[in-house]
Amino acid sequence: MLSLSRKDVIKLAVLAAIVLTMPIWLAPFGAAYPGLMQKFVIYAIFAVGFNILFGLTGYLSFGHAAFLGVGSYTAVWSFKLLTMDIIPAMIFAIIFSGLFALVIGYFCLRRSGIYFSILTLAFAQMSYSLAYSVLTPITNGETGLLVARSDPRVIDGLLGADGMANGLPTPSLLGVSLSGYAGFYICAAFLIAAFFVSQKVFASPFGMALRGIKSNPTRMIYTGFNTKPYMLTAFVISGMFAGLAGGLLAVTDPIAGAERMKWTESGNVVLMTILGGVGTLFGPVVGAWLIKYFENIFSAINVNVLNDFFAVLPDGLQAVMVTILSKFTGEGWHLTLGLVFVLIVVFLPGGLVEGAERLIRRLRRSGRTAVKKKVVQQ
Amino acid sequence: MNAELPIAPVPNIVLHAADVFKNFGGLRALSDIDLQIEEGKTHAIIGPNGAGKSTLLNVIIGRIPPSSGAVIFDGTLLTGKAPHEINQLGISRVFQTPEIFADLSVLYNVMAPAFARRDGAFRVNMLRSVWNENEIRDEAEHLLQEFGIWDRRDDNAGALSRGDKRRLELAMCLIQRPRLLLLDEPTAGMSRHDTNTTIELLKKIKQGGMTKVIIEHDMHVVFSLADTISVLAQGRIIASGSPQEIKEDPRVQEAYLGGPVE
Amino acid sequence: MNAFLAQLLNGLDKGGAYALIALGLTLVFGTLGVVNFAHGALFMLGCFCAVAFRYLLTIETVTVDPTQLSPWGQPVEVRTPLVQNWFGDFGAVLVDYSVPISVLLTVPVMLAIGIAMERGLIKHFYKRTHAEQILVTFGLAIVLQEIVKSFFGPNPVPQPIPTDLRGAADIGLLLGMEAHQLTYPWWRLIYLFFSLAVIGGVFAFLQFTTFGMVVRAGMADRETVGLLGIDIGRRFTIVFGLAAVVAGVAGAMYTPLLAPNYLIGMDFLVLSFVVVVVGGMGSLTGAVAAGFLLGILQSFASMTEVKSLFPGIDQVIIYLVAVVILLVRPRGLLGRRGVMEG
Repeated sequence: MLSLSRKDVIKLAVLAAIVLTMPIWLAPFGAAYPGLMQKFVIYAIFAVGFNILFGLTGYLSFGHAAFLGVGSYTAVWSFKLLTMDIIPAMIFAIIFSGLFALVIGYFCLRRSGIYFSILTLAFAQMSYSLAYSVLTPITNGETGLLVARSDPRVIDGLLGADGMANGLPTPSLLGVSLSGYAGFYICAAFLIAAFFVSQKVFASPFGMALRGIKSNPTRMIYTGFNTKPYMLTAFVISGMFAGLAGGLLAVTDPIAGAERMKWTESGNVVLMTILGGVGTLFGPVVGAWLIKYFENIFSAINVNVLNDFFAVLPDGLQAVMVTILSKFTGEGWHLTLGLVFVLIVVFLPGGLVEGAERLIRRLRRSGRTAVKKKVVQQ
Repeated sequence: MNAELPIAPVPNIVLHAADVFKNFGGLRALSDIDLQIEEGKTHAIIGPNGAGKSTLLNVIIGRIPPSSGAVIFDGTLLTGKAPHEINQLGISRVFQTPEIFADLSVLYNVMAPAFARRDGAFRVNMLRSVWNENEIRDEAEHLLQEFGIWDRRDDNAGALSRGDKRRLELAMCLIQRPRLLLLDEPTAGMSRHDTNTTIELLKKIKQGGMTKVIIEHDMHVVFSLADTISVLAQGRIIASGSPQEIKEDPRVQEAYLGGPVE
Repeated sequence: MNAFLAQLLNGLDKGGAYALIALGLTLVFGTLGVVNFAHGALFMLGCFCAVAFRYLLTIETVTVDPTQLSPWGQPVEVRTPLVQNWFGDFGAVLVDYSVPISVLLTVPVMLAIGIAMERGLIKHFYKRTHAEQILVTFGLAIVLQEIVKSFFGPNPVPQPIPTDLRGAADIGLLLGMEAHQLTYPWWRLIYLFFSLAVIGGVFAFLQFTTFGMVVRAGMADRETVGLLGIDIGRRFTIVFGLAAVVAGVAGAMYTPLLAPNYLIGMDFLVLSFVVVVVGGMGSLTGAVAAGFLLGILQSFASMTEVKSLFPGIDQVIIYLVAVVILLVRPRGLLGRRGVMEG
């Protein structure tokens, strides 16, 4: 049941090693603090789930942020009503986002291509607007849904746990508070599990059927596959991943706001997946990390940081370097991100992972021919 | 269940199209078709261009519904069923232009239909890996060997030659072990050599006792394979019978070029 | 009834903007097969053509006039735009009418930008996947936004309506009502007619020129046109340039209605995608019809009577309509089978 091919076991081990050692290798990049690494890991889960739909079936959803938002709201409600323990919160986040995806997917999957994309966008934007306006009793509108000392927390009450640390309730796992590194490692464990599930989907007959639908839907139906439930299942699974990611965001910071459902967030996950490589296992993870790195670290590099960095240079040169680079960092990080998108698509078609694989293959081949040449010369 | 059928089942008849009419707007594409396909036989449908051959096939496969009449397969009414349901009953189809999974590997192409046969129209099977399904894999590889495209098993199917694509599609249908195989011009656009290989392949399958319906222009193919031939002209079946009878039928000679069939 | 008419009119000019953007978007979709996420940025660039034009016109000279004294006894600084120095009163009129005149500047600038974009980047992506097209055009849109931001700053730059065109037209009088019953701001009226004229121009161009015929044939069946041996490449460039011009002038003229900042394109982009798809992929008429339809519905939904009946409806109306139309009509209002469905 848990079996993976040898290649997949290696991939999973590599991912686990990379994720768990993040605090070490992210340090030189100035990104090794728990809150940020947690974000890296959570958005990777979001993208991995999105890739199950987009990568395998080719259906491009522009409304996945809706499920992220539902996951967040559900988790915070679970914190408020039941307990600060994350187990029920995550379970409910996954279930509710899955149900939400079932309803939305049922309608959207009646269409394909760009019609599908716009339907998902429309549903998500409606959810976003309604969360701001009509659904305020559930979402607390613009302020966002917060946990408060006065929340009922029925289960915590029964068990006599108060879930409080520093005066405010904080999320915990079986009594262990999840602030700082503990929170990061929990999220990391979820990412490794999510990656494993996506490996299973990719390798299974179910995943094969999804690929078949992407490749030739006509042949699929004349081969006896009922494509609709396959698509819907894929949609729900990827919605559940998004819900899990949304729930984990609420673990990092127990607040849920409507802006998590906005189309920009949906667009973000699309970009992450394409940037890393659609349909590859690692691609979405890498893409998510790159975009989140730019958003959080690159944007924080200001003139002072640059001045320090180039302090070794002569004054004139330092000023020139700082002036040029300051256009691309700090406030200008968007510019760099845009250029990165363009450069990657131009030079690494298929995204980072596929592009890198192709590069490695070419290097190997040229390496081999070089060796051959040597042999011939001798 | 049989009581609901509009026509009584006939023994040995696996597919029965009864009183089928099909209109496209004001245009009558098929009229008064009565076609009986005998179990285990190869039945060819021939006719000049625009006679309605493809329409008839599309009606049988459920791609387009008939305006009136019924198609019955082995005691089940096909009219109104979805294509995947019809396939699940045991009818596979080879298209005029091969419908394959062009960007997936050749082996994948042949394995996927086997899963539809084994697991039905929908099953979420995430616990097992495709590559642990040794039985299906062996069957697929065996079939590919038989069809002479085993060396290409890891290539993308889209990279195959036209003849190989057709062979691949045939393999994809055969791995489902259908009770009825529909072939829409299986040798169209093939070289003489490829045509002959395909005829040999189809003859081999014939020995397995599978029922086949072939739509074909090429008389060489038709007379090499068919047990029964029906001739379609202007949406009607003008003659049905053994190859010999059809050859000698004056109406057929009339419909074809106004001269004797070679 | 009056309120109804007023909202109808309000929706029309917004619809005009949607229709203009959607028109270019669907032209590029239909002929080039490119999902252009930078189309909103073209609208934004058009807006800033108007901003830049005014900026250039209002470059001032500062002179100290010793004859005039301020209340504090200091000589007064007199600022005069250079154009006014050169052309006198005509210069002042130029400044006043900067927005409509800027359209003359916008057309060549946007044409040049469009052609450069197509030649430099977009043309290499015709054969690539939609996903890659989205990524590259999105990246391009961000770059363009940031460039504009670095010149004009992050805040909206309001543009004035020419003095003579301020105020409102009393449409009610035309319909036999009392005065001031139904008024409609002149500039909105102008924008409506302007958008209709541009739409008409584009349709006439496509309908009555051989070039347009080839483009329409290309939208119907790209492969065949390619087989006819027509130099598609050059025509694609021109189509892209045309789309850029249409988006650009739509933006330039819209500036008095909505002060543009560098993000204005993104907001319009999402809406115009909805408009294009609701209209039906590959249909120019559909895009225009859907643009006006959604513009009008949006302004109806923001009426207080409607809002009190359906709370929140003004926020979701466009998407709600999109969902309903797409679920009822598989390919939008006038879409054709097989375009962008795969």
